[in-house]
Amino acid sequence: MKYIDEFNDPDLARRLLDEIRATATRPWALMEVCGGQTHSIIRHGIDQLLPEQVELIHGPGCPVCVTPLDVIDKALEIAARPDIIFCSFGDMLRVPGTDRDLFRVKSEGGDVRVVYSPLDALELARKNPGRQVVFFAIGFETTAPANAMAVHQARRLGLTNFSLLVSHVRVPPAIEAIMTAPACRVQGFLAAGHVCSVMGTAEYPDLAEKHRVPIVVTGFEPLDILEGIRRAVHQLERGEHRVDNAYARAVRDHGNPAAQRMIEEVFEVTDRNWRGIGRIPASGWRLSEAFRDHDAEHRFDVTDIRTEEPAVCRAGEVLQGLIKPTECEAFGKACTPRTPLGATMVSSEGACAAYYLYRRMSGGPAPRGSRIPQEEMNPVG
Amino acid sequence: MCLAVPGKVVSIDHRADPLTGLIDFGGVQKQACLEYLPDVRVGEYVIVHVGFALQRLDEESARASLELFEQLGLLEEEFGDAWEQAARQESGSEVQ
Amino acid sequence: MADLATEAALGATKAPADAAEAPVDPASWTCPAPLRDQPVVVMGHGGGGALSAELIEQVFAPAYGNPTLATMADSAVFELGGARLAFSTDSYVVRPLFFPGGCLGDLAVNGTVNDLAMSGARPAYLSTAFVLEEGVEMAVVGRIARAIGSAAEAAEVTVATGDTKVVESGHGDGVYVTTAGVGLVPDGVDIRPQRARPGDAVIVSGPIGLHGVAIMSVREGLEFGVEIASDTAPLAGLVAAMLAVTKDVHVLRDPTRGGLGASLNEIARASGTGVRLRERALPVPDEVANACGFLGLDPLYVANEGRLVAFVPRDRAEAVLAAMRAHPHGAGATVIGSCVEEHPGMVVVATGLGGTRVLDLPLGEQLPRIC
Repeated sequence: MKYIDEFNDPDLARRLLDEIRATATRPWALMEVCGGQTHSIIRHGIDQLLPEQVELIHGPGCPVCVTPLDVIDKALEIAARPDIIFCSFGDMLRVPGTDRDLFRVKSEGGDVRVVYSPLDALELARKNPGRQVVFFAIGFETTAPANAMAVHQARRLGLTNFSLLVSHVRVPPAIEAIMTAPACRVQGFLAAGHVCSVMGTAEYPDLAEKHRVPIVVTGFEPLDILEGIRRAVHQLERGEHRVDNAYARAVRDHGNPAAQRMIEEVFEVTDRNWRGIGRIPASGWRLSEAFRDHDAEHRFDVTDIRTEEPAVCRAGEVLQGLIKPTECEAFGKACTPRTPLGATMVSSEGACAAYYLYRRMSGGPAPRGSRIPQEEMNPVG
Repeated sequence: MCLAVPGKVVSIDHRADPLTGLIDFGGVQKQACLEYLPDVRVGEYVIVHVGFALQRLDEESARASLELFEQLGLLEEEFGDAWEQAARQESGSEVQ
Repeated sequence: MADLATEAALGATKAPADAAEAPVDPASWTCPAPLRDQPVVVMGHGGGGALSAELIEQVFAPAYGNPTLATMADSAVFELGGARLAFSTDSYVVRPLFFPGGCLGDLAVNGTVNDLAMSGARPAYLSTAFVLEEGVEMAVVGRIARAIGSAAEAAEVTVATGDTKVVESGHGDGVYVTTAGVGLVPDGVDIRPQRARPGDAVIVSGPIGLHGVAIMSVREGLEFGVEIASDTAPLAGLVAAMLAVTKDVHVLRDPTRGGLGASLNEIARASGTGVRLRERALPVPDEVANACGFLGLDPLYVANEGRLVAFVPRDRAEAVLAAMRAHPHGAGATVIGSCVEEHPGMVVVATGLGGTRVLDLPLGEQLPRIC
């Protein structure tokens, strides 16, 4: 398929890998802050193919992983109400709240529906005037224009039975928070390509300058990811720290102005708690005053929610790249993809879930007490 | 976020509000909202995320990227094994 | 290595001190405690993945398990009165009832015919039990019945007996069908997941993902246009053609719910072998790849209803492949990988780029994602 197949060419991938290998003369740690990129890296086995000097740290790029626990609990509370049709993207259904997830709510009789687009939720509201429809509006900047349009349309159509439970997050403040964390090891970033398709690149030069990190806008196919890595390593080797657009076919510096205008009209910046990381100032969006009556949190008064993260879960440190999943005590024991304690194990892009699969295959890093000989580890190829 | 796929605009319904079009993803067809790319034309490629076209795909750019990748290989062929190059390099210098 | 992988695969949780030391014996593994974390049935329990396996292992097997059931093949094989029979049952709950390429009736016949065929049996008799929702249009029931009739004829089986129940309106998706089937297994044939051996060629009989994509394309909320029809088809004839080349086919499986990913994982675990696939060898039609692309699904987990995967001794693989390709239901047959000694119980894919990724047992249903 056009614009996909060409960017999956294994021969060109080999050339890019060789170029990265030739360029890197010392260890570098890069972070991608995009669940889609993490997914692509794992799916194609890219981080196994990179030379040893180049390490990829999977950042907090998946909205599934970072949606705060109290928002999940609010979603569960609302979805359980009999009069409500609760619509969500598929990703969110298995995210654990304090004591259950949306699948469980569904099994207990909640009307929980997976939708492909927020417009599908809007359509449900039109078709079911007697019921309240709530759409779980999560995501980074990429999804904000879609969610904004849905509520904007609801306003125009006079739909009073449609509301959003909003938990949008923004990438630039996350980068700021990661770079200011103590013990931060990240030396360069791959910026989320489709976030930049919407928002452009204007927010990144200040970050690159302030923290002296190259920020390379990167796409999603294997060649895009490798090129993003290549350019980041190239800058690092030369001591540069610029914003570089390696996904020019889908990213303009000015982004999509129409989408940005809609976001501005419908949302306003707010502080947000990122699950596992904590409060990051100005890192999210909520509905603006003008659209507050479509805000499900207000409409359904779910302020009385008690949240409780499992004490042992260290997803936050993993998300910031401070520890590897294997350094968490619960990893692979109490916490597995089947019984996740935190979001990084739930999401298939979560670093913990990814490590879980790799570890099972290669046998290493070896858990305590294991007798796996060194030569059996990492049998790649 | 970011699961957005490239597709070709095959038709536009100018009467629809918001603006809507039919997008072809290599044989799979689905409606998408075109309100954020109001001047998009039939035949152009766009990336679509959760039912919304978010940006045009620039063919020139795509071509340029692919050519750049092809060039990497060519340089190796001209100048020899990449491993050898790396071994010969003083830190910081680089064949371009 | 094996115990760690098996333990992780079975989802058992032990105290950290035990985790790496105690070997796990799957044959004796029945959990006396109630289902951990799952006090109620959730949709994932019907998905054909890890949750379904848990339901069997933790609720059904402890209640009435026995060696025949424990084989966990598509159909049970046993001796009765001197004959070697294959016996299988399946429930069909597809929504929507009618989809490109067929309907519930086709699945009901072909699904059970295929389960029998996966033991190498020649299917002979089927039963059909209907659960109808009060208020369903008679015309709908009629269409499904006619589909059952023509599918049975095409598969050369007889619907010998049946039953009908009606439930109150609001308690069902219109029509559910449960079919059971019985057939004779030829002498010298021993096909079950435990027989996979390192070195076996892994062959799939044709392009994958068609049925699942066809269903999704007409499912409310997703609807998309695509020229794809379900691949539902009876495979007993194809299996007979394969057995005519060699009776020593080791494993046959029809990858329905959970797709190739679920089937291959089940086979790997049952046999204690590893499976290694080559991504570039997987026959994924463009439209399936593209539909999965925009929904964020993996074709390896998408259901098929007219395909089989076979584990064949390497020295007979070419001959079996040729026989498959000569048969109308095996035209697109191709080798997609091998059974290996490494990483027992796990399926690993060599990606197009030369990396590897682990293909895990799917947890429950695959859902469209944005991430």
